[in-house]
Amino acid sequence: MDVPEDLRYTADHEWIRVDGGRGRIGLSAFAQDQLGDIVFVELPKVGAAVTAGSAFGVVESVKSMSDLYAPVSGTVVAINQSLADHPEQVNQDPYGRGWMIEVEMSQPKELDALMSSEAYAQSIQSAGH
Amino acid sequence: MLAALDISAIDDLFSDLPAEVRLNRALDLPLGMPEMELDRHVRALAEQNRNLTQLVSFLGAGVYDRFIPAAVGEILRRAEFYTSYTPYQPEVSQGTLQAIWEFQSLVATLYGLDVAQASLYDGATAAAEAVMVAVAETGRTSVVVARSVDPQVRGVIRTYARGRPLAIQELPLARDLSDLNALGRLLSQETAALVIQQPSFLGAIEPVAEMVEMAHRQGALAVVVADPIAHAWLEPPGAYGADLAVGEGQGLGVPPSFGGPYVGLMAAREGLVRRLPGRIVGATVDVDGKSGFVLTLQTREQHIRRQRATSNICTNQGLIALAATVYMSLLGPEGLRRVALLSHEGAQDLKARLLALPGVSALGPAPTFYEFAVNLPRPAALVNQELLAKGFIGGRALGDDYPELGPGSWLLAVTEKRSAAEIAAFADAVGAVL
Amino acid sequence: MTNIFEESRPGRLGVQLPPTRTEAPAGIPKEALRAELPWPELSEPQVVRHFVRLSRMNHAIDVGFYPLGSCTMKYNPKINEEMARLAGFAWLHPLQPEETVQGALQLMWELEQDLAELTGMDQVSLQPAAGAQGEQTGILMIKAYHQSRGDLERTEVLIPDAAHGTNPATASLAGFEVVEVKSDQRGGVDLTELRAKLGPKTAAVMLTNPSTLGIFEDNIVEIARLTHEAGGLLYYDGANLNAILGKCRPGDTGFDVVHVNLHKTFSTPHGGGGPGSGPVGVKAHLAPFLPGPTVGRDGDRFHLVPGGPQSIGQVRSFYGNFGMHLRAYTYIRSLGRDGLTEVAEDAVLNANYLLHLVKDLMSVPYERLAKHEFVVGLPRAIKDRTGVRTLDVAKRLLDFGIHSPTVYFPLIVEEAMMIEPTETESKETLDAFAAVLAQVLEEAVTDPELVKTAPHTTPVRRLDEARAARQPILRYRP
Repeated sequence: MDVPEDLRYTADHEWIRVDGGRGRIGLSAFAQDQLGDIVFVELPKVGAAVTAGSAFGVVESVKSMSDLYAPVSGTVVAINQSLADHPEQVNQDPYGRGWMIEVEMSQPKELDALMSSEAYAQSIQSAGH
Repeated sequence: MLAALDISAIDDLFSDLPAEVRLNRALDLPLGMPEMELDRHVRALAEQNRNLTQLVSFLGAGVYDRFIPAAVGEILRRAEFYTSYTPYQPEVSQGTLQAIWEFQSLVATLYGLDVAQASLYDGATAAAEAVMVAVAETGRTSVVVARSVDPQVRGVIRTYARGRPLAIQELPLARDLSDLNALGRLLSQETAALVIQQPSFLGAIEPVAEMVEMAHRQGALAVVVADPIAHAWLEPPGAYGADLAVGEGQGLGVPPSFGGPYVGLMAAREGLVRRLPGRIVGATVDVDGKSGFVLTLQTREQHIRRQRATSNICTNQGLIALAATVYMSLLGPEGLRRVALLSHEGAQDLKARLLALPGVSALGPAPTFYEFAVNLPRPAALVNQELLAKGFIGGRALGDDYPELGPGSWLLAVTEKRSAAEIAAFADAVGAVL
Repeated sequence: MTNIFEESRPGRLGVQLPPTRTEAPAGIPKEALRAELPWPELSEPQVVRHFVRLSRMNHAIDVGFYPLGSCTMKYNPKINEEMARLAGFAWLHPLQPEETVQGALQLMWELEQDLAELTGMDQVSLQPAAGAQGEQTGILMIKAYHQSRGDLERTEVLIPDAAHGTNPATASLAGFEVVEVKSDQRGGVDLTELRAKLGPKTAAVMLTNPSTLGIFEDNIVEIARLTHEAGGLLYYDGANLNAILGKCRPGDTGFDVVHVNLHKTFSTPHGGGGPGSGPVGVKAHLAPFLPGPTVGRDGDRFHLVPGGPQSIGQVRSFYGNFGMHLRAYTYIRSLGRDGLTEVAEDAVLNANYLLHLVKDLMSVPYERLAKHEFVVGLPRAIKDRTGVRTLDVAKRLLDFGIHSPTVYFPLIVEEAMMIEPTETESKETLDAFAAVLAQVLEEAVTDPELVKTAPHTTPVRRLDEARAARQPILRYRP
C-alpha cells in the first residue's frame, strides 16, 4: 500500500502535507481501500476552526460512515470542491486529487506528534493481519 | 425433529429460561377459533359500526371519503407486494424499489420540488420530521407553527420536540387566515422553521408565498403542509420557494380505516437530500449494464449512523405508498384535476346553501377549496348529533381545538363522492335542525 | 423495464369520472393556481399490467422461504386481509361519532387487553405506527417519568452492542447520550461492564430479549435488579417477542415498558416495508405518560380516553394503524391462548432444528440454545481460501429462490448471517434450505467465481450501489 515519504500521518489514517505554515490534509491509501467505494465526503466551510484530534468531516461509503480527524489545529483556508461531484477521487488518487482540506496551522508543533511514513507503514502492516 | 435434536420434548428448548421468569400458567386469552367462527366473530364487530357507505358524510378534517378505483385494491392484493419486506436484496425486490422510485417521482412533481423520499407514517409525522430536518440544517432551536395547521399535526410536532431543547411558538389566526402581522413579530434569527398549511386546516387558501418569503428573510426554512388533491390546481410549494413540502396521502387511494394506516408525503429541495429521514430509492445499473433501483444514501439512516442518524425511522409505509402510486398513475393530471374540481364544485354549492340559512355565516372572506368552515347559531356538536339521526355525518365541530372560534364553528368537507342530491338533502337537513 | 413516465401517452386516463360543471376552481386568485402537473397519462389496463409486471420482480413470503433474521417473516393469514377490507372497518372515519364505531373501539380495547396479558404489562397504547415509533414513545415516557420526579440528571441510555440500530437512534433523538454495553463471551450482556456503567446518570437500559443473537438473556432478573437499583428503567424492544409468547412475559422479568411489532409477532404483512404497528405497554407507574387517546370501557360502551395531563402527547395522528390492529386482533383470536404458545414453541423448534442442520457448515459463535433465530458466520477457512464472503453466499441463495438471511448483523459477529425460519415453515423447507446452503458453500470452494458473481437468475444482477449514491437519480426527469 502506497505511503508517500514526504507526508505525516495520524493513527486515524489522515495524512498531512506541510507547505510553510499550511498543511493539506487527506485520507491514506490504506484507509480508502478499507472503506471501499467512497460515495460522499462532508467537509467544513472555509474559515472554520479545526482542532487536532477532533472530527472535521465525514467520509461515507455505501454502507459505512467514518469521521475524519484533524492532524493539526488551525483554520480551514481551502476545501477540495471537486469531491462534491467526484468523491471517487479519494479512491483513485488519495494523495493527489483526493485531498480534502487545507489548514493554516495555529500550532505547528503538533506535527511532531504525528507518525512518519515508516511508522505509519508499520502500523497498517500490523493492523492489516 | 425432536429426535434430530436429541431431546424428548419441545419444552427442553426453553430450559434456558430461568424458573423465576417463566409463565407457569395458561395465557388469560380466549381459546382459538376455527376460520369460519373467526370470520363470523370479526364480521359481527364490523357490523356494530355504521360506516361511510351507510351514512352520508361531510366530515373531513384531514381524512377524506374519496372514491378509490377498483384497480388500486387489485394491485394491493398482489402477495408479491404485501408479503415482501423492505428491499434489502435489490436483485429480488425490483418491483417494490421501482414502485417507490415512481412514488418519489410523482410526489416531487406534485409538490414542484427536486426530490421526495419513500414516504413516512402519516402526514403528521412527516411534518414533525420536516421540522427536525430544518433544525438540523439551520442549527436553530425555535419553530413557528401556524394555528391554522391541523391540530393533529401540531400535536405530533410538539411530541417530537420533547426530545430536544426546541421552542415552539404558535402563529395565531386573524379570522379565517394566519395573522401576518403576528408572523412578522414571531419570526427571528432564531427561527429554524415556519410550518404552514395550504389549504389551511380551516379550508382557507393562505397567502403562502408571502409567508415563505417572510421566513426566508430571517434565514428560516419554510415547511408547507400541502394537501395533495387540492394541489392538482394550487401552485406547488416548490414554485414559491418552500424548502420542504409534506402532506397526508390518505386521499390518494387509501380508505379512512378509522385512522390508519396512512402515508406521509415529503419532498424537499435538492440541498436537503442528505438530511431527509427514511428510505430513498435511486436508479442505477447492474453488472450487465441493465437499469435497476437500489436503496441509496443509506448512511443517513439508523442502521448505519445509529445514534447520529437523522431519524430513527426504519421502514416507510411501503404498501400504502404503493396504493398512492397506483392511484396517481390511474388518475394522471386530468383525473386528479377532475377529482379536485368535482370536490370544489360540491363544496361551493354546499357553502352557498348553508350561508343562505338564517344565522349561518362564513368564518371569513378567504377563498376555500373543498373544505370550509362556517359559524352556526347553535353548538356544532349538537347539530351533528341531530344530523346523525337523519343519516348524515356532519362536519368537525371546531370548538374543542379552536375555542377562540366558538362552539358554533363547523368544518365541512365535500368530496367527489357527494352527489348534488346528497348535498341538497344535507343542506335541507341542516336547515331543519338549526 | 420501462417506468410509468416513459409509458405515458397524452390524453389517456385510467379512471372514469363524472364531468365537471366548470373549467377551473372559482374565486381562487390566478397566482395561487399552478401552471401544469407533468404526471404520466395512462389507461387502466396499462397501469394494471405495469404494476403486475413489477410485482413479479419481487421475492415474497407467498413466493418462497424468507428467513430474514430479526424480521419474523411468518406467513400472513389471508383471513386477516379479508377482515381488514370489510367496509365496516375500512370505511370508518376516525372522527365519526363514538356511537357509530363501537365495534372498532371494542376491537381496539380487546387488543389492548390481550397485548397487556401477553407482555405482562398494565396498560397499552396502540398509537405508535411502527416499532421505531414504539421505541420513541417508550423512551419519551421514561424521560417524562424522570422529569416528573424532579430527577433531572439522568442523561444516559445504556444499550448493548448487539442492539438494533433503532435503539441508539431513538435514545439520541429523545435527547439522551448513548452508552454502549459490551456483550460477554456467552453472547449476553456483560454484567461487570453493566455494573460499571450504571449510575445516577442512567435513565434507561434498552434490551431485546431474546437478543439479536437469538439468545435468551438468562441474567435478566439480575439486570433488572441492577437497573432499578441505579434508578433507571428497563425498556423491552419487542422485536423478538415471537420466541417467548406464552412462555415468559417481559413484565414478569422486570421490564417497565415494552413495544410490540404487530408486523412481526402478530402476522400483519410487511407490505414491502410498512405499514407496521408498534403498540407500547407499560407498568402502572408509567401509565400517566402514555400517549392519548387510548380506549376505555364503561359497561358495554367503549370510548376514547384522551391523554392525561402528564401524557407525552400524541406520536401519530388519531389512534395508530387501525388496519394493522384489526389484523393482529384476528390473528390472536384465531390462535387463542394455546395456539399462541405453540407459535413460540414451533418457532424455537424450527430455529434449533435448522441450526442443527447448518452448524457443521458454518461457524457458530455462541454454542447455546437458540430461540426464534440464530447467528452463524461464514467459516474463515472458506473466506481466506477463496475470497468468498457472506454477501456472496447471500446473493447465491437468491438463485435458488430463497431470500437471503440478514447479513452482517449483529455487528459483533464476523461475516454474520442471522437466520430466522419462523414457525410457519415446514420441515421440508428447512431441509431444503440446509441442502442449498451446503451446495453453495461447496460451490464457494470448487467454483468461487460462480458465487462471487451471483445472483445469475434474478430479474437484475448485482447493482452498482456506489454509482447510485455518488450521482443520485432519485426521480424521473424527462
